[in-house]
Amino acid sequence: MEDLEHIKAPSVIDRYYTRWYKTDIKGKKGEDQCVLQHSNRICVITLAESHPILQNGNKIKSVNYQISAGCSRLQNKVSGKSKRGGQFLTEFAPLCRITCTDDVEYTIYSCIRGRLLEVNEGILERPELLLEKPSTEGYIAVILPKIEESKTVTNGLLSREEYENVLSNRTGGSAEPEPC
Amino acid sequence: MRFTRQSNSFAIILSYMMLPLKENDRPIVKKLLEAGCCARCVLRFCCLEVQSAYRKSYEDISRELCDFIRDAENKVAQVAGVPEQLTEDPPSKKIKLDTAKIDDQSEDESVLVPTVTDQGNAEPMDSDVCVVCLGVLQDFCDEAHATKISGVVKAENYQFDTMVLSVSLPAQLSVREHSCWLHIKKEVREKSMCLDKDDVIPVKEAFKWIMQGLVSKQLGGIPVVTKISRQTEQFEVGVGFTHPETDSDCHFLAGICPDCFRPTKNKQNVFTRMAVVKAIEKVSDEKFVKKFPCPPPRPASKCIAQDVQCLHVSVFVAGRYNKFSRTLPQTPWVIDGERRMESSVEELIAAPLLSSFRAEGFNFSSSGREDVDVRTLGNGRPFAVELQNPHRARFNKAEVRQLQEAINQSSDKIRVRDLQIVSRDAMGHMKEGEEDKTKSYSALIWTHKDISKDDLMFLEETKELKLAQKTPLRVLHRRPLAVRERVIHTMSTRFLDAHHFHLALRTQAGTYIKEFVHGDFGRTKPNLCDLLKTETDILELDVESVDVDWPPPIPE
Repeated sequence: MEDLEHIKAPSVIDRYYTRWYKTDIKGKKGEDQCVLQHSNRICVITLAESHPILQNGNKIKSVNYQISAGCSRLQNKVSGKSKRGGQFLTEFAPLCRITCTDDVEYTIYSCIRGRLLEVNEGILERPELLLEKPSTEGYIAVILPKIEESKTVTNGLLSREEYENVLSNRTGGSAEPEPC
Repeated sequence: MRFTRQSNSFAIILSYMMLPLKENDRPIVKKLLEAGCCARCVLRFCCLEVQSAYRKSYEDISRELCDFIRDAENKVAQVAGVPEQLTEDPPSKKIKLDTAKIDDQSEDESVLVPTVTDQGNAEPMDSDVCVVCLGVLQDFCDEAHATKISGVVKAENYQFDTMVLSVSLPAQLSVREHSCWLHIKKEVREKSMCLDKDDVIPVKEAFKWIMQGLVSKQLGGIPVVTKISRQTEQFEVGVGFTHPETDSDCHFLAGICPDCFRPTKNKQNVFTRMAVVKAIEKVSDEKFVKKFPCPPPRPASKCIAQDVQCLHVSVFVAGRYNKFSRTLPQTPWVIDGERRMESSVEELIAAPLLSSFRAEGFNFSSSGREDVDVRTLGNGRPFAVELQNPHRARFNKAEVRQLQEAINQSSDKIRVRDLQIVSRDAMGHMKEGEEDKTKSYSALIWTHKDISKDDLMFLEETKELKLAQKTPLRVLHRRPLAVRERVIHTMSTRFLDAHHFHLALRTQAGTYIKEFVHGDFGRTKPNLCDLLKTETDILELDVESVDVDWPPPIPE
C-alpha cells in the first residue's frame, strides 16, 4: 500500500518479462511457482508469492540442489553462445528441495521445458533472500527454452489474471468445508 | 576513313609477318592440329611467349600454321627427291584451316585438317570447337566480345582509372589441358629438355593478351591490366565461361583422388577449379591416360559466356555519431521477421552514402553499441560503413563534408561528425578500444526508499569499484554465460528529489550500466541496490563519451 505513494515507472520485471504461473504443482495445495519469461525467451523460475514457504512467517533451514544421488543442479555447466552442455529439463524436473525450519520439505520444479543455464547459488548462502526478494534476488534458476518451443513453452501455465482468479477462488473456497 | 585505312595496312603487315615458330615446333604443331586443337592453343603449347602472335586474327594464325606445316612437307618431299609433287600440288596461301583438306591418301598421319575428325563419316556433323579451350580462344577473343564486355562496363557507369580483366574458366579445361600436354609431352621435350608444363601459356594468359588491349581501346584508352594486388587495382571486370556438355570430364578424378573432392556446406559443386588442379597434380601420368582420353575428345559445342560481372572494391567511410532519440535502434530491429521500430542509426547514416557512392550494399560497424532507449551524446560513437561495389569512389574533402551535411539534414535523431574516407585496415582501430577504453555515462536513477543528498555522498568517494558481472539475462540468449570483472572508475551524483537523482559514471568499456543499477536478479555484484541499501532502478541512460581516438577529428 505504501508503494502507491510514489508511483514509479514499471519495474524491470514489468518492462521486460511476462509473468506465468503454475499452481498446486503435482496436486500439492498451494505449491505455486512463477515463470518470468523475458522477451528474448529466457525464463527465470521463482516461487509464487502464494507458495507455502512464503506464508506464516516461515523460516528456511536449507536449500538443496542435489535432487538425487546422481544428479546435482550445481554441476550444470554451459559453454559458448549456444549454451552447450546444459541439463535439459522437462516440466516436472525438480530443480531443488527447500526445507523449512518446521522440517517440511518442498520440491521446486522446472515448470517448463528447456535447457538449464544457471541456478541461484546465492540462496545457498543466504536462504533468507527467498523470503525477502522471492521474485528477484531469491530466484531459483534460469532456463532457456528451445527456440522452436519458445512460443508454446508456457501453454500449460496460467497468466497473471488467471493466477489471481485461482487465488481468490482459493480463499473463497477455503471458507467452505471441503467435500470429502 | 583514316582509321580503316590504318587498320587495313596493319593487317597487311601482320599477314606477311610469319609466326615466330621454329623447326622443332613442327611435330608439335602437326600433332596438335590433328588432335583438334585450335590455332591459338597450338601457339600456347609451343610455349610461344610473343603476345602479338596471339593478337592476330584467328583466321590469319590458322592460315600461317597451315603454311608452316605445308612448308615442312614440301621440304620433306624435296629431301625425298620428289620435286614433281611440289609443282603438281602447290601450297595455296588462301586455304583456311577450317576448310583445308588435303587429298593425300598415302599419308594417313598427316591429315592437316585440325577441324575435321578422322572418324568423320559416322558422325552427322563435326564441330570445329577446340578440344582444349572449348572455343574460348576461338570465338571469344575478338572485337565483338570486347564490345560486349566494354558495353556492360559503360552501361554500369563506373568511375575508375584502371580496370582488371579477370577470366573464370570451366574446371574441365584443366583436365583437357593436362590431357593435351601428355599427348605432346614427348615432342615438346624433343624441342627442349628445359620445357615443362609450366611453360605452356595458360588459356587465361593468352585470353588477356588478346582482350586487354581490345577492351582498353573501346573504353577510350583506360588501362586494362592483370590483377597484382587489391591496393593498386580497384575495379575488376569478370568474364566467365561454362561448358555443360563436358562438365563430366572431371568426374573420373573423384574416383582416383576422393580426398580432393570432399563436399562442404557452402559448395554446390565439389569440382571446383582449385580442387581439379590439385587432383591432377596428384595423379600419375599413367593413371591419367588410362582414365581420360589423350588427346581430349572432341566437343560438339563451344563454351557459353556468362554475364559480365563488374565489381569495384569496397570503400570505407568512418566518422562519429550522436543519437538523440530513445526510440531509435542502432540497427534494424526485427523480431520474427517483423520490424519493431521505424528507422535505425545505420540506415539514417547509410542511405545518403549509398546513393552518393552508388553502392550496392553496406556493412555498418561501430565501437560498441547502445540500446534503443539510450542516447549517445558528447563527441559521439566511432563508426564505419563499408560501401560495397561503389560505382563512384572518389570524393574530395569538400564533397565528403557535403555528404556529412546531407546526413545531418536528413534527420534530427542523429548527427554525424568527422566523416572521412578510410582504408580497410584503419577499421581495426575502432575495435581495438572496445574492451580496455573508458566510457562515460549519465543515468537517471529511481530509489524505492526516500533518499537525501547525504545518502549519495559516499558514491562520490567510491573509486575503482570492482564488479562481478554475470552476462545480463537480457543478452544471455546470444552471448556465452560468464562472470566478467568490470571496474567503475568514478561516480558523481546530482540530487533531484527524494526518489530520483542523476548518476554520472566513468567505467571500463563493457560494463553493463543498467544491470549495475537494478542488479539483474542479483547477478551483478555489488550493484547500486546493495550500495544504497534500497531497490533502485534506471529510468534513463545516456552515453556521454566513447574514449576511442579514432577516426581522427576533422576540423570544421
